[in-house]
Formats: sequence, structure tokens, C-alpha cells
Amino acid sequence: MHAVRGIDVTVAAGETVALLGPNGAGKSTTIDMLLGLARPDDGSVRVFGRAPEDAVAAGAVGAMLQTGALIRDLNVRELVTMVASLYPEPLAVEEVLKLTGVDDIAERRTHRLSGGQTQRVRFAIALVSDPELLVLDEPTVAMDVEGRHGFWRTMRAFAARGKTVVFATHYLEEADAYADRVVLMAHGRVVADGPPTEIKGLVGSRTIRATLPGVAEEALEALAGVAAVERRGAAVVLRCTDSDAAIRALLAEHSAVADIEIAGAGLEEAFLRLTADEADEESEAVAS
Amino acid sequence: MRSAYLRYELLRTLRNRRFFVFSLIFPLILFFVIAGPQKDNHNFQGTGVPAPLYFMVGLVSFGAMAAMLSSGARIAGEREVGWNRQLRITPLKPREYLRAKVLTAYMMAGISIALLYASGALLGVRIEAGRWVVMTLLILVGLIPFAALGIFIGHQLTVDAIGPVMGGGISLLALLGGTWGPLATSGFFYDVTRALPSYWLVQASYVALGDHPWSGLGWCVMAGWSVILGVLALRAFRRDTARA
Repeated sequence: MHAVRGIDVTVAAGETVALLGPNGAGKSTTIDMLLGLARPDDGSVRVFGRAPEDAVAAGAVGAMLQTGALIRDLNVRELVTMVASLYPEPLAVEEVLKLTGVDDIAERRTHRLSGGQTQRVRFAIALVSDPELLVLDEPTVAMDVEGRHGFWRTMRAFAARGKTVVFATHYLEEADAYADRVVLMAHGRVVADGPPTEIKGLVGSRTIRATLPGVAEEALEALAGVAAVERRGAAVVLRCTDSDAAIRALLAEHSAVADIEIAGAGLEEAFLRLTADEADEESEAVAS
Repeated sequence: MRSAYLRYELLRTLRNRRFFVFSLIFPLILFFVIAGPQKDNHNFQGTGVPAPLYFMVGLVSFGAMAAMLSSGARIAGEREVGWNRQLRITPLKPREYLRAKVLTAYMMAGISIALLYASGALLGVRIEAGRWVVMTLLILVGLIPFAALGIFIGHQLTVDAIGPVMGGGISLLALLGGTWGPLATSGFFYDVTRALPSYWLVQASYVALGDHPWSGLGWCVMAGWSVILGVLALRAFRRDTARA
């Protein structure tokens, strides 16, 4: 079993890159390799031209892992200070506490924090080293909406200092809003790599479902904004590149249409579609 | 730059309440309960050692063992919350990590020892200054295998398993080592107890009487256990932090 197969991605210094994919896509494994916590069976990982372990040892990498809590018996300020002491040139602890919004709970013991507060302290721990590369593995899990906004604002401010940021997420909105570039992963592979608008076009499509008997699929496919048509008895499913144009055209040309539903394709569904093509090619290659 | 790391590691340990109960207060209570009534017994069970001294050193071995092994409980707790993975993405070197663990364990053992010495003095234990020093040094050397054992179980066991293992292990090692009184003075069982590091820890009390406390065998047993447990501890640590 391989969690990741043939990832080939180069991130330029100063870039903010999102690893987008559903659970089980191989995002965490990719991140573990980037941090030197796991080694690829084959191939190599380089961070600033060095082995990941060496970049970590030099204090150039800060990370917030997907899982992990905080050790007990210290308060927030003490814990952040303790971690800062491990780095050659850390940021000032007070500055980091303020930046990550935990200055008001600096005196609180780490085991008395809420889930969202814990995440913010973990963020502070990742930032305090003043890393050149910041790696975040699904950082906003356990945060409420307000917490998320604050978190990403801080991340953007940090990235604006010329830092490189790589973050994993399974929310298209997060990748779209906060990354310069999105690497789309599924089943351990990179299925797409490009600016957020391009990825959004790939996975952010909508579908129109409606009851419309007696109309040929070809006629529906000819409608503006429709990419593909599937008939299920009396119902049709139109996969759209532009659902606004498609619904206007559909109503104009086929007034008998009923039970209309327009839905955003879930990320999972989009991934399945993108990877299904690949799987088909693979099985064909095996057959021939 | 690492001194702050070590300082907070010590601070955390001092704030851990379970440690205080198990390795500080518990041995103190036992000492007063057991040795108190025998305050004037100057030849405990024919050993030639006064009862308060015997139990003082016996419980020093018990409390210090518990203090050393409590590092295992802390390590297991840190592993459980994923802290070791977090540390691995910092520049902290394995050597520095292990050194901090050993030093914290020794600090805790030192506190336990100091409190029991003071309690012993309260019950009339009087020893020449030079012998206090030699006895203490022997005890500190005798704790080396337990420092390794703490790191070993910390990286080998889960938090759930470590409580029973520590409680049972310490009790058994203390019992067989002679914390509560000498078990046997000849025969197979005697040979078994003499192969344990806890036996030689208790034997450190003989310094107080001017005897040579550790024979060649004692040093060999201690060195042997230190090497074996040291290797086991390093292996468990390496396996635990291996890159998949």
C-alpha cells in the first residue's frame, strides 16, 4: 500500500501553496515527508536544497501537524518560550502571543484550553521559530468561523514577510481564498496543479438536476454552459461549466422542465470524476 | 539556548501532582510509620544496621526508583499527545532530549533523597559527613539503570500500561532488593536478589557502618544493568522516532 505515489511538486520561496484533497488523498503523508517525519521509498525530498531533517535542524521549518495536543503543567507563555528556546533566532514570545491572539490566555495552563485555543497555541509554536517555511496540516479543524478568519489573517500577514507557506486542507474555499497556488491531490497523486481560479473551475462546477422526459441528450448538451449530460429515466443531470448560463438556456428552450435542483459538486465528487478518468486509462493500459 | 528548555522541563515536572504523591509523600509516610516505632532498634534483623537507617536507605531506594521511573510516565504522556513528533520538527537533538529527561529524573530523585535524609535525621540517624557523601554518590550511581529503565518504558509502553507496570515493578524491585528488610542471606533466592540493581541500591546503607558497600559483584551487576537497559532504552527511543 502506498499513501502517496509519484508526487512531483516544486514550491518556490515566498509562495503560499495549498495541498487540496479529500481525506485519504495523501496530504498528511506528503507533509510528513516534507518535514522529515517520513521518508519516501523512492525519490527524494529537498527543502531549501537540503534534506528535510537538515532544514529542520537549522530551524528553518515551522509546522503545525494535523494531530497533537499540548504538554501539561505549563502555561501558554511558558510553553511558547520553551519551544522558542530551541531555535537559533526565534521571534519575541510576546509578539507571537499577540500575533496569534493568545496573549489574553498567556497565563492559562495548557490543559485548560478549548479546542480552538489549543489550535492557536499550536500555531504560535509553529511561528515562534520565525521559520522560512511554514507547514500547516489542516490547521483550522476545531476552530469556529471567527477563529478561522483570524487564523488565516495571521497566516497571510506572516506569508507577506516573504515566507513560504504550505498548507493542507480539504476545504476548496480555504485553498481558493488563501493560496497563490493549489495542488490538488487524490488517491496519493497530484491530479491538478495551478492557480486557485483554475482549480476552482475544475472542481467547483455545479450540476443541474431536473425532470425532463422526451428530450434527446444531444439537444441538452448543445445548451450554453453544459459540459455533460446524463439521463436517468425521466430525470436528467447536466454537469455545467457555467450553471447560470445553462439554467437560462434550459428554461428558455425546454419550458416543460420541472423539479429543478442546482447543486455545487462536492469536492469529493469532483475528485472522483477527475481521478476516474485516470483509473480508466490505467485499467486500459493493463488490459492492452 | 537549551538551558531554558531544561528549566521548563524541570518546572513541568515539579508541577506534576502525581509525582509528589507517589515518589515524595508516600515514601515519607511509610518511613515514619515503619521506622518510627523501631527508632531505638540498633540492630535491625541482625544486619547490624539501626532500623531508622535501614529504612531510610530502603525508602530512599524506593522513592528514588519511583522518581527515576516517573520520567517514563511523563514520556508516555508526551508521546500520547503527539509532543514527540512536534519536538522532532525542532532543532532539539535526540542527545539533548535524552539528557533533559535524565537530568529531570535525577532532580526528582534528589528531592526524594533529601527529604528522606532529613526525616532520617529526625528519627536519630547520625552518620559521619564523609559517609553521607559516599552513600549518596553510591545511590546516584545505583540509579543509572533506573534512568535508562524510565526512558525505556516511556518509549515502549502506552500511558494506560505504564501505571500498573511502574507500580508493580517498583514494589517488586523494592521488596526483592530488601527495602522492607533482608529477604535471604544464602541460597538460590539470595543469588537472585543480588542480581537486581535495587539490592545494591539498598546495600548502599552499609557505608554508614564503615563497611565496603559494593563488592566487585555489586559493581558488575550495576554496570551490567546499566548497559542492558541503556541499550534497550536507546532502541526503544530510536524505534519510536524512526522515519516510516
